[in-house]
Amino acid sequence: MLRIPCPYCGERDHSEFSYGGPADLVYPDIDCDEMEAWSEAVYCRDNPRGPQRELWHHLQGCRLWMVVERDTLTHEIAGAQPVQAALKPILGSGS
Amino acid sequence: MSRYSVWQVLKNGFTGQTGWSRVWRDPEPKPHYDVIVIGGGGHGLATAYYLARNHGIRNAAVIERGWIGGGNVGRNTTIVRSNYMIPGNTEFYEFSVKLWEQLSHELNYNVMFSQRGQLSLFHSPAGRDAAARRANIMRSNGIDAELLTRDQVRSRVPHLDFSDSARFPIHGAVLQRRAGTARHDAVAWGYARAADRLGVDILQNCEVTGFIREAGRVVGVETARGEIRADRIGLAVAGSTSHVARLAGLDNLPIESHKLQAFVSEPLKPLLDMVVAFAGVGGGHGYISQSDKGGMVFGGDLDLYPSYAQKGNLPVVEEVAAMARMLMPCLGRVRLLRHWAGIMDMSMDGSPFICRTPIDGLYLNAGWCYGGFKATPASGWCFAHTIANQAPHDLNARFTLDRYAAGLAIDEKGAGPTPKAH
Repeated sequence: MLRIPCPYCGERDHSEFSYGGPADLVYPDIDCDEMEAWSEAVYCRDNPRGPQRELWHHLQGCRLWMVVERDTLTHEIAGAQPVQAALKPILGSGS
Repeated sequence: MSRYSVWQVLKNGFTGQTGWSRVWRDPEPKPHYDVIVIGGGGHGLATAYYLARNHGIRNAAVIERGWIGGGNVGRNTTIVRSNYMIPGNTEFYEFSVKLWEQLSHELNYNVMFSQRGQLSLFHSPAGRDAAARRANIMRSNGIDAELLTRDQVRSRVPHLDFSDSARFPIHGAVLQRRAGTARHDAVAWGYARAADRLGVDILQNCEVTGFIREAGRVVGVETARGEIRADRIGLAVAGSTSHVARLAGLDNLPIESHKLQAFVSEPLKPLLDMVVAFAGVGGGHGYISQSDKGGMVFGGDLDLYPSYAQKGNLPVVEEVAAMARMLMPCLGRVRLLRHWAGIMDMSMDGSPFICRTPIDGLYLNAGWCYGGFKATPASGWCFAHTIANQAPHDLNARFTLDRYAAGLAIDEKGAGPTPKAH
């Protein structure tokens, strides 16, 4: 079981969470008409073997979306912080 | 090295089993090969075999980080079937089943392919409609499929849950009689031995640490056993594709690595003589068969977060055990013997890649999702063809890297570009 340090609830089992994909995906502007840029953003993944920043949703807890730093090879979790920057000073970071 | 036959078995029976020799050589790497295949799993070894057999390319090597058959070919539930519906997949997997049917003779090695049949259950009237559609598409492509009623399923596997209180009442199943299981290790060993007999070098403990590029072209690899050059290099390292391709300068592939667990119970007396698959109710998914040693072999879904760790996680153990218990209540007190995890290349549409890459001299075989084991012979056949002719075989012409950009995804499940959903 992964244990994810939710900034609001504290450390919880990952079975309470839902994985939401890589955290640093950048989509093109909505009026961008270069298909290559869209296809790259929608289909292509960095897929690192090692540390990755990723989104998790505390679906069966406080329902907060957070960015978790996790190693995909060792499953070690370095920390978690809320996706919305405005919440950071209120909640701090999970660790 | 001698050909295996009943006479060999008899002769060695009378001579104290002293006549058996090493099954494949353990050569030193040559400085140069015509073709190198990276990855000594089922697909890599099959590719090397068909390169030598179909295309006469015998100056070839398979290089493997650990030992052959130590990756996904040894970490699956050994199911072989061809119940696909979408052009591209349908004919490819059916070709694979046809190769499986001849494989033991072809390799002179018993891969124990047992066409015991697969039942794909459905649990609602809507499920019956979907199953009938699938069976009809299979039959119109010349693939065997039969739609069974609840009673027909019951007469074959009476110990599924047919009670009034069943959580998912069984309404019937699609039966593919030619589907079945095979001995996973024997597939790797059989291809390795057959390739070796044709002159292919199998280099184990030979991790690739980098690629040698000259004028944009890939011309060799740096490995734990020194530099090895080659005219063409094939990548068959599903699970670690993104990682190894990155060493060659091929970034951002449409793949996410996920782990899939499988399980085997303590050995039981003969209980289940078919493969039974359960899918599509509330997202649940499972498949179960019985091995020749008596263990119930079963599996379910991914752990649902990206991972390169070949170890499972507990929530899935519980979920899959519940699935097995739900399907076959008589398994309730059977103990789990082992569970393991393999790393899947989850592609963005659930279908694989066998193609050239934007880098000259580098060829890609990847993205097998859940489907790699059954695809082994056809994958090797088509990848060898692609490397030898520098152009795809008809059967893998659609398995390209640029199909997404062109709007030609092969999305069997219709789940969209979410790798964990396939």
